[in-house]
Amino acid sequence: MLYGLCLLAGLIAVFLLVEVVYQVIHGASPAISKLGLGFIGRTEWAANFGRYGAASAIFGTVVSSLMALIIATPLGIAIGLYLAMMAAPPVRAVVGPLVEMLAAIPSVIVGFWGVDVLSPFVARHFEPFLHGAFGFIPIFGSPQTTGLSVFSAGLALALMVLPIVAALSRDLFLTVPGDLKDGAAALGATRWEIIRGVVLPTTISGVAAATVLGLGRALGEAIAVLQIIGDGTGIHVNTFLPGSSLASSVASNFQYSENKLEVPALFYLALILLAIGLTTSLLARWIAGRFDVNRTLAR
Amino acid sequence: MTGLSDTFIRHPSLPDPSAPLTASGNLRRRTIVSRTIEVVATASAILAVAMLVDVAFTVVSKGAPALSFGFLTQNSNGLAGGGIANALLGTIVIVAFAALLALPVGVLTGIYLTEFAGPRSRLANILKAALDLLQGLPTIIVGIVVFGLIVSATHKETGFAGSIALAIIMLPMIARSSQEVLTLVPGTLREAADALGVERWRAVVGVILPAAAGGIATGAILSIARAAGETAPLLIVNSLYNPSHTQLEIFGQGVPSIPMYIYTTYDLPAPSAIARAWGAALVLLVAILAANVGARVLLARSRAKMGMR
Repeated sequence: MLYGLCLLAGLIAVFLLVEVVYQVIHGASPAISKLGLGFIGRTEWAANFGRYGAASAIFGTVVSSLMALIIATPLGIAIGLYLAMMAAPPVRAVVGPLVEMLAAIPSVIVGFWGVDVLSPFVARHFEPFLHGAFGFIPIFGSPQTTGLSVFSAGLALALMVLPIVAALSRDLFLTVPGDLKDGAAALGATRWEIIRGVVLPTTISGVAAATVLGLGRALGEAIAVLQIIGDGTGIHVNTFLPGSSLASSVASNFQYSENKLEVPALFYLALILLAIGLTTSLLARWIAGRFDVNRTLAR
Repeated sequence: MTGLSDTFIRHPSLPDPSAPLTASGNLRRRTIVSRTIEVVATASAILAVAMLVDVAFTVVSKGAPALSFGFLTQNSNGLAGGGIANALLGTIVIVAFAALLALPVGVLTGIYLTEFAGPRSRLANILKAALDLLQGLPTIIVGIVVFGLIVSATHKETGFAGSIALAIIMLPMIARSSQEVLTLVPGTLREAADALGVERWRAVVGVILPAAAGGIATGAILSIARAAGETAPLLIVNSLYNPSHTQLEIFGQGVPSIPMYIYTTYDLPAPSAIARAWGAALVLLVAILAANVGARVLLARSRAKMGMR
């Protein structure tokens, strides 16, 4: 009896997943048949003319998420190392939960913080500085006055990814057996050499999986990105220009879409996002499963 | 360098025993590298905490001026002002109904994975994968799926559709956390129940669930806190409502909610609207952070009860 109930409950999760994939494909099918694969390559989004393309949204998603990852991964690993290996227990008991609480802030609040605090700061100080110092690299082009840009969105996403990478890598570092660390210390290794020679090699796969999980969060974030990225179209090398992302385009256009084909086109965008998102989740599972921490230790 | 080296003939490859006991040369370099990394790691942790403080400070400093007794007890009045009473009630109703749907399904899934599925069960692996994939689903996609399932079928946006979307977001969190807590229940409890000839379902209901109740509650609270702040799915399926009306009947119409209140009020063309949006953000943030702290306390207590740490 209880067994049946539990099995039924479990199957609901599988059913939901199938239903999600079916609904998105079903919703997108008119757009797929009408717009074809060329949808992915086009940059414009002109509902009045029936012309739709996903390229700028894909570009914005990829650039902002990668930026978030490039910033948050080293910082998150460093925080994980600090919490697992350096902080005194009372400090760890306070700082650890505080870092995790960053993940609990609703994205709509992160978004308005991004608009009111982060973007002005970025526009007035950070972007001019980067443009002045590294202006020869095209991604640091001339700054805009609002600060609402792919760059700012990437920074805000980094803030949202950071606690995920930090908390997961801290938990991984804590699983490294003390014997291994003590052995390295007895051989005269410094703390960094223990980290580089023992802690990171035994946990690297888990850290990679944590990073990919963080990437998943960044890819799918709709509201905060919609608020900060500044609603632009086109593919620009300069990250200080406004852009759009897959999730934010769906969020901003879905309510107001009157054109018959626009809703299917938005479902098409969501389908691309779903494909990227599911691939990311599967990749994280595959990495974590393939390079199991225990298996690495047993070798 | 006098002393020992003068009186004894020392092999040239041996270190000078009278040398001072401080790092030099290579060891000095290694120590410097190690210290540098430690400083960088500590600075990263300080940066993360500083970001949290900055966000919290921003929300408090911009939101506190809007807070008043009337702000919490009056309905919103659009451009003119008003409060968040109806949005607050709406969020409570939507999230409570979502929890009502997601909690039993999630906990039962957790029980299936730990108590009934074998360690090498194929189905259990598929279930776990499905839960992981559901958890990684962008919430905006959950929104448009529920739109396709419910809103376009009934031709109206309802609080019910919002609850369903939030329940789909909560389900994998609850299932996974229940599963993790249930695996922590000592195996001796199960063996003791088996030895007494207790049936599996009675052991689960009478022994295993009570032992894990604190941890399951922790997961439930965290998922509720997460759902309460979700904006993207509500924007898609539950954003058409009368903003100054108290709507608690979720099947009939759209229900106002705090995240949507923040999102829409911020863009209203009135200077006081931004302050009210921040005020609502402050209320939401305080509630969510309090829930997180409470969940942590609960987890610590239930761990102590299970004799861990």
